[in-house]
Amino acid sequence: MKALVCVKRVIDYNVKIRVKMDKSGVETDNVKMSMNPFDEIAVEEAVKMKESGIINEIIILSIGADTSQETIRTGLAMGGDRGILIKTDGQDLDPLNIGKIIKVVSEKENPDLIILGKQAIDDDCNQTGQILATLLNCHQATFASKVEVNSDKSISVTREVDGGLETIKVSLPCVITTDLRLNEPRYASLPNIMKAKQKKIETLDVNDLSIKLDKRVQTIEVNDPPSRKPGVMVNDVDSLIEKLKNEAKVI
Amino acid sequence: MKILIIVEHNNDSVKPSTYSTITAASKISNKIDALMIGYNNDSAIDELKKSDHLNKIFKINKKGLENPIAENFSNHILDFLKNNDYSHILTPSSTFGKNLSPKIATELDVQQISDIISIIDSDTFERPIYAGNAIAKVKSLDKVKVLTVRPTCFEPCGLSSNVEVETVILDNTEVSTISYEGLDESKSDRPELTSAKVIISGGRGMQNGDNFKLLEGIADKLGAAMGASRAAVDAGFVPNDWQVGQTGKIVAPDLYVAVGISGAIQHIAGIKDSKFIASINKDEEAPIFNFSDYGLVADLFEILPELEKKL
Repeated sequence: MKALVCVKRVIDYNVKIRVKMDKSGVETDNVKMSMNPFDEIAVEEAVKMKESGIINEIIILSIGADTSQETIRTGLAMGGDRGILIKTDGQDLDPLNIGKIIKVVSEKENPDLIILGKQAIDDDCNQTGQILATLLNCHQATFASKVEVNSDKSISVTREVDGGLETIKVSLPCVITTDLRLNEPRYASLPNIMKAKQKKIETLDVNDLSIKLDKRVQTIEVNDPPSRKPGVMVNDVDSLIEKLKNEAKVI
Repeated sequence: MKILIIVEHNNDSVKPSTYSTITAASKISNKIDALMIGYNNDSAIDELKKSDHLNKIFKINKKGLENPIAENFSNHILDFLKNNDYSHILTPSSTFGKNLSPKIATELDVQQISDIISIIDSDTFERPIYAGNAIAKVKSLDKVKVLTVRPTCFEPCGLSSNVEVETVILDNTEVSTISYEGLDESKSDRPELTSAKVIISGGRGMQNGDNFKLLEGIADKLGAAMGASRAAVDAGFVPNDWQVGQTGKIVAPDLYVAVGISGAIQHIAGIKDSKFIASINKDEEAPIFNFSDYGLVADLFEILPELEKKL
């Protein structure tokens, strides 16, 4: 089986983001960038499936500027076999456009499984997997916390839904989006990081894919969230309870 | 302008997220219909009929639609839309809506706007990005607006009406081959993190998993959900699904109590929509105090038993 894992380069989750002065977006210059944490989980799941002999090839796909090569290398160091970069000039692409691009790659590569994070921690859209499954007209299993390949090649996926864990059985090819509980991504070892440098990354220009990329959602401005009003320090448990009861009225 | 709301329910009852979505819709237009897809869903329909703001409820009652398989719901919604024009399609931004709504948008070739928290006008909305560390004001250029609505940002609608119900027959619409194996409902007697009114969370300061028992008694008394910081989860004190923060659950309770949590950015990102935050930490320099309404500098091992006793 072949897996296509889609990874996005985002601001590292530990960085405190800053809204640009002109309100056009969030500052990304000189900011530490990393692989979207949910996509790391997607890579890890594919690598685990390869280790258990279910998958024999893992392709790491990213869409973005040249710098996204680094993110692909991270995936290759974790255990991906080869990479594909769909090169853009770094502009923000709506999830629908991203879905259309991945569809083109998928139709060329014909993976059995497409695995990606349930959402990226920058735009928090939580759409790409669902869009892709719809465009490819294949089954989707979103928010996966457990993935099991059955002997008949169907896949049982336990999904994290509000209020519990739902299990569905889907058939191949399918799109799986990963949730936090699925696994704990490994750190790439130094030898594997060195090996990843030898692995092949194919680069294609997004303009050569003959997809009409149009912007359907316009960002008017980006603002800081309303700030919390300064709080007070209390001296003991009694005053804490008193404040919560009588001032905040929340207990 | 005419709005369609996709109802979240379990055939027996309507999920509160739906009522919040109706309120959001009422801020765009007063022409609002609701579509309820399910099987043997009469009791949920009886509940929904009481909703204020709705003009009509369309009901699809068909075997095979008892579980919210996104493919099935999407197929039926698309066929329903062939005979009904709407300018806006709203779904709650719960796991139900997040799973389903992008499929509807894609079939209509429009770009969904996820998780809106306020409505500026009929095509302009605010939504959180970077886990709420920034708010984007965005305008949809699509003809049909497909939106998911963050339920905690809109009060539930009133329930004093008696709305007309029309049955829609879509016998020929395809039912997917995905098989639904079941739902393992959270067995905890505690509320869910994402809908709890009160949450008490522990961090690395709890020192080990056993010490989380110190929070249980307090959670019982407050009817609170229990959570944890990423540091506590990474240290193996508690399971992953307890994690509150940017890469965990985003919460917005009336009261969030942070115990032994320093206040890393990624944790703050997940709790900043809480109405009140109270924190207990022995380090008076802990960043969590900058985001707290009430802070108490103290050794949690002395304070927690006292707090439990006095509540």
